[in-house]
Amino acid sequence: MSPPLDPTPVDADADVDVDTDTAPLHTLPPPFNLSALTPLTQGAEALVYTTTFLTSSTHVVLKYRPPKPYRHPTLDKRLTKARLLAEARVLVKCRREGVQVPAVLGGDWEEGWLVLEFVEGGTVRGVLDGWAEGVRIMGGEEKVWALMGRVGRAVGRLHEVGVVHGDLTTSNLMVRGPSPPEGRGGGEHMQRQAQSDPEPDILDGEIVLIDFGLATQSVHEEERAVDLYVLERAFAATHPAAEHLFKEVLRAYGESFKGAKVVLRRLEDVRLRGRKRSMLG
Amino acid sequence: MAVVRTFHLPHYEAYPVHICLFSDVTNAAFLRRQLLEANPEFDYAFLDASMILTPTHLLTATFLALHSTLTHRAKTRTPHSELVFRLHPNNNIGEAYRKFGIHDTSTHVIAVKLGLPYSGGGGEGEGGEGEGEEGGKGGEGKDGDGEGIRTSVSAASVSKHLGDHVQGTSVEISADGGNLGRWCDVGKVRKVYKLGDGKAGKGKGKRGGDVGGMDGVDGDGDERKEMESVIMGIMTIKGS
Ligand SMILES: Nc1ncnc2c1ncn2[C@@H]1O[C@H](COP(=O)(O)OP(=O)(O)OP(=O)(O)O)[C@@H](O)[C@H]1O
Ligand SMILES: [Mg+2]
Repeated sequence: MSPPLDPTPVDADADVDVDTDTAPLHTLPPPFNLSALTPLTQGAEALVYTTTFLTSSTHVVLKYRPPKPYRHPTLDKRLTKARLLAEARVLVKCRREGVQVPAVLGGDWEEGWLVLEFVEGGTVRGVLDGWAEGVRIMGGEEKVWALMGRVGRAVGRLHEVGVVHGDLTTSNLMVRGPSPPEGRGGGEHMQRQAQSDPEPDILDGEIVLIDFGLATQSVHEEERAVDLYVLERAFAATHPAAEHLFKEVLRAYGESFKGAKVVLRRLEDVRLRGRKRSMLG
Repeated sequence: MAVVRTFHLPHYEAYPVHICLFSDVTNAAFLRRQLLEANPEFDYAFLDASMILTPTHLLTATFLALHSTLTHRAKTRTPHSELVFRLHPNNNIGEAYRKFGIHDTSTHVIAVKLGLPYSGGGGEGEGGEGEGEEGGKGGEGKDGDGEGIRTSVSAASVSKHLGDHVQGTSVEISADGGNLGRWCDVGKVRKVYKLGDGKAGKGKGKRGGDVGGMDGVDGDGDERKEMESVIMGIMTIKGS
């Protein structure tokens, strides 16, 4: 590889650029400070850290929505508060009803943070990637199939209690189990596990739904069908081989609660509309 | 002398939380009267141990009380009344004291003392604060958080004072707080937080928010853990 052209202009702005690279972009709300936090992800909306809470052995996730500098501060505060509170309320409702979601352990809407139970394991996205890389030849097919069934039932259960997720992607579905060694990859880990099996296998893990930032309380079949449609697209985008797996997600979903079959029929309309829209656009 | 266990909550390590547990208490009426009379010597959260499910249940209220006090958004007069208030699922401070505070007949008592710079006067404000909306803001600024803690509260002072005034058996709290939930009346806790009666079996088809239902097994560890995780959420979003 030839050395890239130096993109950094050598001028007075240089040390400003350096600063934004190293210094934290946001000051954290009380009582948190960076020294006790480990960054997990940084999405467009939220900063996600791991830390401890209440006791030094309780590992949790801190989700912080920093102020948006381009919004009016008063409006920004109000919007952040409304969204975070909606997220927390839906999570508590789900937890009450026995839907597998992270518990809400603490939070402050005025300041924009939420503390959630840490879900040990990985995202479905990571698990599918790992599987595609490593485990397929080791006879993991059946396990993945079973996992898809659990995904379908988890979404069905969520819909059954009257919640629509709003952003169902393979990153917003987690699988409880041993954490992959680094981040979401985990192909190597999966291979190791397939060889010396008696250890708990993440493919056997229970599905936990996360990221309820766009969730709403609704029992409408249209919104439920859109949830499935979004998930279907996410599967197709996650891995080409994952697309056919989605059939099993839908099959399990269809049997998971009383109104599910109607939703599946509605999904066909939603797909048609989706295709038309993409032909137009 | 009473046996004190001191907790340091992550992120609020600078504010020690001293906790004592008593069984067979015979003078709860006296203790409660000190609160009603706002005797500054008795600035504690005195809780009926039957309403504390797990150590984490209590520490959640403690964290929330510290947090609202230190960020000047407390809804009650003192950090200790704030703790009692934070345990309750709604905004009625009087009701919070009736459900979670000690009664004249309480026999198992948990006393919490927060190591805060100024705890203000005693006094639980029972009945006086109605919905507890405005309560004192607790002297903005003058408690100078951040410049170190000037407080006379120590584990030793709490141990001596409670040892002298609580008539009962001091029970050592394990390092993880384990036995704080020992005298919990799980059914009463379910009722206050509206968690259902726990009689619905666990698993599929479970309806109507029956949290941690375990086919009649009462007070089982998994059941409590599941109840706890819902209760923490309820306490966190209450009043918002
Ligand atoms: N409770 C949790 N336990 C473990 N990991 C989590 C948890 N919550 C989030 N994560 C990890 O952090 C990532 C981002 O979290 P999340 O999806 O909630 O935030 P986000 O997508 O940035 O938020 P939003 O879409 O609401 O702006 C997840 O994909 C997951 O890997
Ligand atoms: Mg997400």
